[in-house]
Parts: sequence; C-alpha cells; structure tokens
Amino acid sequence: MSAIPPEAVAATPKSVARKGIWVGVATGAYGISYGALAVAAGLNLWQAVLLSLLLFSGGSQFALVGVIGAGGSGASAVGTSTLLGLRNGFYGLQVSKLLQETGWRRVLAAQLTIDESTAVSITQPDRTLSRVGFWWTGLSVYVLWGSMSAVGAVLGNAMGDPARFGLDAAAPAAFCALVWSRLNNRRAQLVAVAAGLIALLVSPHTASGIPVLVAALAAVVAGFLPDRSITSADTI
Amino acid sequence: MSLWTTVLLASALSFVTKFAGYVVPQAVLDHPLTDRVMHYLPVALLSALIAVQTFTSGSGSFAFDARAAGLAVAIVCLLLRAPFLVVVVAAAATAALLRAAGIG
Repeated sequence: MSAIPPEAVAATPKSVARKGIWVGVATGAYGISYGALAVAAGLNLWQAVLLSLLLFSGGSQFALVGVIGAGGSGASAVGTSTLLGLRNGFYGLQVSKLLQETGWRRVLAAQLTIDESTAVSITQPDRTLSRVGFWWTGLSVYVLWGSMSAVGAVLGNAMGDPARFGLDAAAPAAFCALVWSRLNNRRAQLVAVAAGLIALLVSPHTASGIPVLVAALAAVVAGFLPDRSITSADTI
Repeated sequence: MSLWTTVLLASALSFVTKFAGYVVPQAVLDHPLTDRVMHYLPVALLSALIAVQTFTSGSGSFAFDARAAGLAVAIVCLLLRAPFLVVVVAAAATAALLRAAGIG
C-alpha cells in the first residue's frame, strides 16, 4: 500500500501508530465486502456485525458466511472458521512475549491478536515500538472492521438478490485475495491446487461444508514432508 | 444448529484459540511440525473454499458458469496488484454482466 509511510526513516512511536491506523483504514475495505457477503449468505445485520466484534478474524468470518451461504451446516461452518483461526493462537505465542500484559489488558490483547496486529508488532525493531504497533493496529482494525461490516451489511440488504449483482462470484474472489500473498513458494502453490481438487472430488458425495474440511488434509501432508526453507516468521 | 448458535459458538472458539496463545506454555505448541502444518492450513482451506464456491452447483456436482469468469478476472486483478475492493467488485461485476447478457 502506497499510503503507508516508507520504513527508510527510523521508526518512532508516532510513525508506528500512524502505520497502525493506515492498516485499519485499508482493512475497512474488506469489512464492507464481508458485511455485504454476510447478509447475502442469510445472516442478519446483528449477526454480521457481532461476528466482526466477537469472532474478529477476517478469514474465519469470510469462511463462516461462505459455508453458510453455500448451504453448509452450522457445524461445518464453525469447524472451517475455527481451523482457519488456529493461526491466531500461534500469533499469540509470539506477541505475548513482546506485550507482557496481565489481567484485563491480556484478555483485550488476545481478542486483538490477528494477522495485521501481529505483522506490525513483530516487525518493529524494539519492544516499545512492538507494543505501540500492536495496540494501534489492533484497535484501529477493530473499530474500522466493525463499523465497515455494518456499512456493508446495510448495503448488502439494499441490493436484494445476491446473484443479480454477482455477489456469489465476489466470495471466491475475496478468498483468492486473502490467499494470494501466501502462495509465495512452490509447495504452497501445490497445496492450493491439491486442496481445490480434493474439495471438488469430495463435493458430490458429502454434505456442503465437509469438502473444505477434508481438503485441510493437504496442509497436514505438506506439513509432514520436511522443508527447511519454512520458518515460523513466514506464517505472517 | 441455529444461525445464532453458529455465530456465538464460532466467536467463543475464536477467542479461546487466541487466548490459548497467551496462556499455554510455549513448549506445548512450539514444534517444527505444527509450525509447517500451520503454515499451509490457511492455504488449503481458502483454496478449497474457492474451488467449491466457484465450480460446484447446489447439489455439489461440478458446474462451470459466470462465477468462473469472475474468478479469472479476480486473478488478473491480483496479478496487476489491484487493491482488495477492486478485485472483489471486478469479479462480481463480471459475473453480473455475463448473467445480464444471458451467459452462464
């Protein structure tokens, strides 16, 4: 994003906070499309917005409404959403060491632990800046993601029939944009193709929502094959 | 499971996962194998979602229609480094226009 100031100048608490705010603004755009897709999938405005405030993890929310919209069961929607959210637990392992929070601040920090806040936090040169980056990014994304979800849900309700506006094509496009930056090595690309094929092969024989869970096996197989080029920092 | 139950259960599990990272001893989760599986899990799940939502009909059988054209346009947009909202809107507009023209 060109809007984010370049890193050439030494980072200060102010510049890191500003970066966090910009990440929040950029995330608002995802929020609008999430809100519109959520109501197209059959959620009401409150359900769409509460997911943004309580679940608060973009990929998981898109996946949950995607599975529901395709007619999948609540159990497979929860399963897919939770599997996609597991990475947040591993982000927590990394940022908790930098934040050293206790009590209610630790609870709040956990809720704000997502891709964006973790990425800004762990790329700072020292602990003070890591904390500034985490809190400003987390809070800015939280506020803008939540409010833009509501805007998207209202817009989605006004649109009426989702297929007429191509909203059923918007969902896979959103997933494609979310996965794009992760396809940065050959094995990740193979996992993507294998998972897609597995899901399509399983799909005619199972209830909706199950094929995606079965395709997660591709990640397990890829993980068991040794690969020295992968480090935990790559997961961001 | 009602839609409200789905929403609240998924939210609760999301928080439990996040909080676990703060309270579970690091040695329990920090293993090269979990690290690698965690690296590929989002890739597998998101790719499977793309495949199912683009290429299957309501019954789960293979289908090829306006959604495939939308996905192709999305990929072109991503190759051109377009921002997220442009990617999504371009894909939706492609499918909507094709349908308005009676294709797919």
